[in-house]
Amino acid sequence: MRGKAWKFRDDVNTDEIIPARYLNTSDPKELARHCMEDIDPQFMEKMSPGDIIVAGKNFGCGSSREHAPVAIKAAGVSCVIAESFARIFYRNAVNIGLPIMEAKEGAQRIREGDMIRVEPEEGKIINETTGEEYQVAPFPPFMQAIIAQGGLINYVRARVQESR
Amino acid sequence: MGMTIAEKILAAHAGKARVTPGELITAKVDLVLGNDITAPVAIKEFERLGVETVFDRDKIALVPDHFVPNKDIKAAEQAKLVREFARQHQITHYFEVGQMGIEHCLLPEQGLVAPGELIIGADSHTCTYGALGAFATGVGSTDMAAAMATGELWFKVPESMKFIFHGEAKPWVGGKDLILHIIGDIGVDGATYMAMEFAGEGIEALSMDGRFTMCNMAIEAGGKAGIIAPDAKTLDYVKDRVNREYEIYESDQDAEYALVKEYDLADIEPLVAFPHKPENTRPISQVGDVPIDQAVIGSCTNGRMEDLRLAAKILEGRKVDPRVRLIVIPGTQAIYLQAMEEGLIKTFIEAGGVVSTPTCGPCLGGYMGILAAGERCVSTTNRNFVGRMGHPQSEVYLANPAVAAASAIAGRLASPAEILG
Repeated sequence: MRGKAWKFRDDVNTDEIIPARYLNTSDPKELARHCMEDIDPQFMEKMSPGDIIVAGKNFGCGSSREHAPVAIKAAGVSCVIAESFARIFYRNAVNIGLPIMEAKEGAQRIREGDMIRVEPEEGKIINETTGEEYQVAPFPPFMQAIIAQGGLINYVRARVQESR
Repeated sequence: MGMTIAEKILAAHAGKARVTPGELITAKVDLVLGNDITAPVAIKEFERLGVETVFDRDKIALVPDHFVPNKDIKAAEQAKLVREFARQHQITHYFEVGQMGIEHCLLPEQGLVAPGELIIGADSHTCTYGALGAFATGVGSTDMAAAMATGELWFKVPESMKFIFHGEAKPWVGGKDLILHIIGDIGVDGATYMAMEFAGEGIEALSMDGRFTMCNMAIEAGGKAGIIAPDAKTLDYVKDRVNREYEIYESDQDAEYALVKEYDLADIEPLVAFPHKPENTRPISQVGDVPIDQAVIGSCTNGRMEDLRLAAKILEGRKVDPRVRLIVIPGTQAIYLQAMEEGLIKTFIEAGGVVSTPTCGPCLGGYMGILAAGERCVSTTNRNFVGRMGHPQSEVYLANPAVAAASAIAGRLASPAEILG
């Protein structure tokens, strides 16, 4: 994963990521069109596929709408780096296969526009602009298994088929 | 070392003698909930799982309530998808328009939630049911899909925090003010991943409706669950509603907490959370002059009988300021009927308000009370985020139903005491 960093503040909530007025559909392409609209109306015009969202504490707080990580993923964002994530968003992102990285130092030090490379296997974030390197908090092994399967549905499907 | 009520419920559902915070468990769930926003996504994911049937058609609740009665064609398509799934799988607890209510008012009322149960819902305010001494938490649609197929889900056992309220509440202070007080104190991420346990004589004195309000907003501090140990009021509430066996759990004396906070109710007056975070609380005596355009009384937070009675007490014989639109939304059909029988609906209409069928509508900026740029709303709902109730340049002020009613009369944020004189 490699892309330009777009910075956001603490406590970005799911209404800002995808406003409820667009929740009358669950079509990822349509949701992506409004990604981050209420916090940065120009986000979708500015960003390029592969770019990375870098935010402060408690990213994704608020509602349980899975439409939020779905919109970010469908928008082409390759990864979300934050100081911390709200609980339901964290689960949802893992479940649908949106890469998220909890990296306090990285989230604080990366500046808007920095070119960022993420090496998930090594738990490293590299800031190509400044040459800095940041550690990522590792996922628990159980969640790594879900991520390796490409999300919860694949994981559960494999288990259901095994038990037959 | 003892266990908290949250740990005991999770252990029982994971088939274990004990669990410890941080442990990852797979647990059986007693109920899986979805609504017209989240269930359509879950249904599509469910269909990818390769299973033919749901794990138990009696243990799934589908409540179209967010954009229902259908607000537009797309919403109608989503509601239809849920309806057809419910028919195909013969879901026992599907609630059509006419039976439906706001999910977190409806499920306890219908006896679908009991003490000691483990409930997941694809809606963040699922934590409401902790008021009954259950462990209830919000999840996403994919989790809902997995649980509908297998009847179980993985959980990280949360640490617990305990919030103890001493003393007696001041006039017009209710569950809404107690939970806003906590959020104002610890912040919108102050309880992330935590189970929030509420206790003390201040909680014992709260009605069940007030307790639902408190647990409902645990998520606004980032909490995984809000929970109150069952007492005589809880048992009285479930007595005529729940006709299956359930377990009563309470925390051990030597249970471990990540944090214990004690508050004196003598220090708490009605609170208003200013835009754009529920943590931006101010006592009603210090809100200054904030004119409002709309007042909403309802939602899964404050759409129950006690809430409507409080609002009616203020509005009785008075008129809403001509510059204010007052929208009252009873949480369920039963609440609506009861409010009608008690004459509350008449009070609201005579005061100049409108009364709507149950819906989440305005709370999340769906319909039935959307704000234009620059408009302000005092609302008994749970979130005052940017754009939550409409235009990104509108503002939402969170308050209890008495404050919302008083403000509707005054045309600006106002205390009930000011109106009643």
